[in-house]
Amino acid sequence: MDFGGLRALEKVDLYVAEAEIVAIIGPNGAGKTTFFNCITCVYQPHRGDMIIYPPGKASKSLNGLKPNTVTEMGIARTFQNIRLFKEMTVLENVMVGRHCRTRAGIAGAILCTRKTIREEQETLEFSYGMLRKVGLEKQTNEKASDLPYGAQRRLEIARALATEPFLLLLDEPAAGMNPSETAELDELISRIREEDGISILLIEHDMKLVMNISDRIYVLDYGHLIAEGTPQQVTGNPEVIKAYLGECFDA
Amino acid sequence: MEYFLELFFGGLTRGSIYALIAIGYTMVYGIIQLINFAHGEIYMIGAFTALIAASALSIEGFGGWSLLVLAGFIAIVYSAAYGFTLEKIAYKPLRKASRLSPLISAIGMSIFLQNYVLLAQTSDFLPFPPLIEEFSFLEQVTVMRSSELLILSVTAVSTALLTLFIKFTRMGKAMRAVAQDKTMAMLLGVNVDRVISVTFIIGSTLAAIGGVLISSHIGQINFYIGFIAGIKAFTAAVLGGIGSLPGAVLGGMVLGWTESFATGYVSSDYEDVFAFGLLVFILIFRPAGILGKSTAEKI
Amino acid sequence: MPYGRRAPITQKGGKILRSFGVALWFMFLTFPIMVIKISPLEKNIEWRWGRMIYVGAGAFVLSLLWRYVIEQKRGPIPKEEADPLKVDTKDTGWNRGGSHSLQERLAIFFHKNKKFRILTFTGLFFIIAAFPFVFSTYQTSIIITALMYVMLGLGLNIVVGLAGLLDLGYVAFYASGAYFYALMNHHFGLGFWAALPMAGALAAIMGLLLGFPVLRLRGDYLAIVTLGFGEIIRLVLENWNEFSLGPSGIARIDRPGTLGIDFDLRDHTVYLYYIVVVLVAFTIIVVSRLRNSRIGRAWIALREDEVACQAMGIDKTKTKLTAFALGATWAGFVGCILAAKTTFINPASFTFMESAIILSIVVLGGMGSIFGIILGALVLILLPEYLRAFSEYRMLVFGASMVIIMVFRPQGIIGGTRKRHEFHVKEPTGEKP
Repeated sequence: MDFGGLRALEKVDLYVAEAEIVAIIGPNGAGKTTFFNCITCVYQPHRGDMIIYPPGKASKSLNGLKPNTVTEMGIARTFQNIRLFKEMTVLENVMVGRHCRTRAGIAGAILCTRKTIREEQETLEFSYGMLRKVGLEKQTNEKASDLPYGAQRRLEIARALATEPFLLLLDEPAAGMNPSETAELDELISRIREEDGISILLIEHDMKLVMNISDRIYVLDYGHLIAEGTPQQVTGNPEVIKAYLGECFDA
Repeated sequence: MEYFLELFFGGLTRGSIYALIAIGYTMVYGIIQLINFAHGEIYMIGAFTALIAASALSIEGFGGWSLLVLAGFIAIVYSAAYGFTLEKIAYKPLRKASRLSPLISAIGMSIFLQNYVLLAQTSDFLPFPPLIEEFSFLEQVTVMRSSELLILSVTAVSTALLTLFIKFTRMGKAMRAVAQDKTMAMLLGVNVDRVISVTFIIGSTLAAIGGVLISSHIGQINFYIGFIAGIKAFTAAVLGGIGSLPGAVLGGMVLGWTESFATGYVSSDYEDVFAFGLLVFILIFRPAGILGKSTAEKI
Repeated sequence: MPYGRRAPITQKGGKILRSFGVALWFMFLTFPIMVIKISPLEKNIEWRWGRMIYVGAGAFVLSLLWRYVIEQKRGPIPKEEADPLKVDTKDTGWNRGGSHSLQERLAIFFHKNKKFRILTFTGLFFIIAAFPFVFSTYQTSIIITALMYVMLGLGLNIVVGLAGLLDLGYVAFYASGAYFYALMNHHFGLGFWAALPMAGALAAIMGLLLGFPVLRLRGDYLAIVTLGFGEIIRLVLENWNEFSLGPSGIARIDRPGTLGIDFDLRDHTVYLYYIVVVLVAFTIIVVSRLRNSRIGRAWIALREDEVACQAMGIDKTKTKLTAFALGATWAGFVGCILAAKTTFINPASFTFMESAIILSIVVLGGMGSIFGIILGALVLILLPEYLRAFSEYRMLVFGASMVIIMVFRPQGIIGGTRKRHEFHVKEPTGEKP
């Protein structure tokens, strides 16, 4: 993946198994978010393949798809700079996530057919369930932008979950959270994996969170994969220490 | 060939005027992301003030170049004052509102100013005195008129001065800073209100210059000229890439030539169709205009 | 310059001095255009000094009033509180988010008092039904026009208010509906009732045609391209004489068919009035249902954040195109009605100003709010009509009121409409899906 003359990502081979929590770490500008954008087809990588094996379905290549199709295939994401639908209520935000799993069309909406009403009711209930999962059921009717920061991050997760993904991409979910909020998030992510069997790939700078919940960790630096392995393996890796702390550390 | 050159210079002249007005649009847009729909009316008011001033002054015995310079100066002062006041009344209170509110306010202002001139003066076309003297050295030239040469040179000089102003002065730097990030500029001690005022004053000045010159060239004005010129100039600004100064000039020229050649070679009925058709066509292939940079949004 | 200093003025003297400055500034500003009247043919000028005094006095008073209202608006409470229900205990002014809470209160009141709600709606129904029999044909005809703009406003609201696509060429669809009926009627004698749905469909197709090329454009680029599209349509209608009969327009278009009953002009007006009322009711139902549907949410999501919208699995292209097409449909309907109402159309009815007025209805009324748009249309269309008393000043007042409403109520007359959505939400209790 190149931007102008800058090579943002080069040869990043990465896999996520079913119901696994994998973290990508690396210094700022290492290409972590770019990697997410490639997977979700916001950017088209110049070379390389992205292949998914959805549980119970045939494998598919994601190359050249539109972002919304990727979501439909079961990959949902959150954003580094929170991107909620600010003027909508909390509940509506999650309901938008149901879009690709529902079918009601214009005619249905205008005529209020029984099918549409049923679907709408299902959407409401499903979305409410998602809000309960992330602990926002009390704020259903608040405007999304009125929520505190940590709650907005959780709402983003709920919205992503509403698309019924098998792989959830979290871009710095703990950024800007205080320790107790981070602890709740830690618990939430584990719960999502256990209850729904969703695989999670996350980018995070909060090392405590990463070490706590990740099964495996990939380390990126300047667009290259410099290490991978379990948390213990990665912390001991000299390459990683160098990337984070610079050469001086050795001297 | 002669016909071609005539059309070429005609288009260039028209383009210069579009460019002068378009700069006002593009600067205001660059700084507060507002389509200043009333900008065309500022141009119209400039032309009217010049006409009134010229009429009054010629009774006092002024004539020749001094009349053009004096009337032009008065027109510039008044247009700048109107631009300044316009911003204070219709846009400043709306700085924090959603993007559409100032747009409606601008449309309202445009209607208001048109009717203000209509009621205070007249709805008829008024003859505009030819303030621009003929240059003797152009007597033999058939493809270009003196007023066209003057318009071209004035446009060239004013855009050059403006570019220097923005590049090298303190205020120019402040303008660029505000255009990039208003909040940050404010935190660094830039007086954003003043920068915005100056932007409106500069834009209005250029619009007035354009208004005086083209009215003298064409020879008549009415209260409605600002509306059409405004839409065309805005088209030029978008064509070139809104927010970009060279873009506004280039857009103006491209638009001027298109209209001139379309009128000359095809049909004058469809002049505007060509202008807008070109706009649609270019934006389909370059969604941010000819010189506009399509900024990739950070996700 | 009167606006130069920004120090807060607390004393009365300061305020008056400042307004005096403003008055002087405006006297200077309006001097050439207001005072000097030129008549270039006779080569003389007329000085009208008296006007300068009026301007000065007017500016002085208005400036005091302006500052007073702005101070009231800022009020003792610095910010609109997040909880709109709490605000009404400290109600301080009509314009400091006042109607925001007023609207909330009304909504809750309506929700709670079922009797009152039924009463209001029945009352409204009878007023609307009886209107043409109480008022003159002329009045009825004005109301028809206003109701037509309600439909146009609601249609454009889909595109601008919900999907957030700034469309300045809405008039193109209006024109295509009108010309479709006019031409079909002129050449083939097609009746109103057959033409109405077809005009809507044609406008929808036009919406798609416009939608495709502009899919990639954002914000203001979209605005100018749609503006250009509208102008192109008008210019073609004006110049392509063989097709559209040119600038002189098409006359003697049939009024809506009446099953062979003979109607005089008044009957026709009353008949059209009821047609329009029914169509407006239909529009309101459709728009409000769409707004709270899956499609409506997709539109709003698109408006709020395109990237996130796509990441939620919403097809951007499809969503934009449906918004364009559905919005245009209404313009097509209303165009058809216009042709049937006036029995004469020409390209001059479809200038950019028309688009601007429809857009103003949407924004002035309060974007996204159905009730607001109805109010906006009534204000914007009835205001100039009833200002005819001031005849020549009406457009001046019209322009000024647009500015003033925006300055003092930037969110529109009725704002904050997402709140209303809440009342449709049923709280699912206990169960887990």
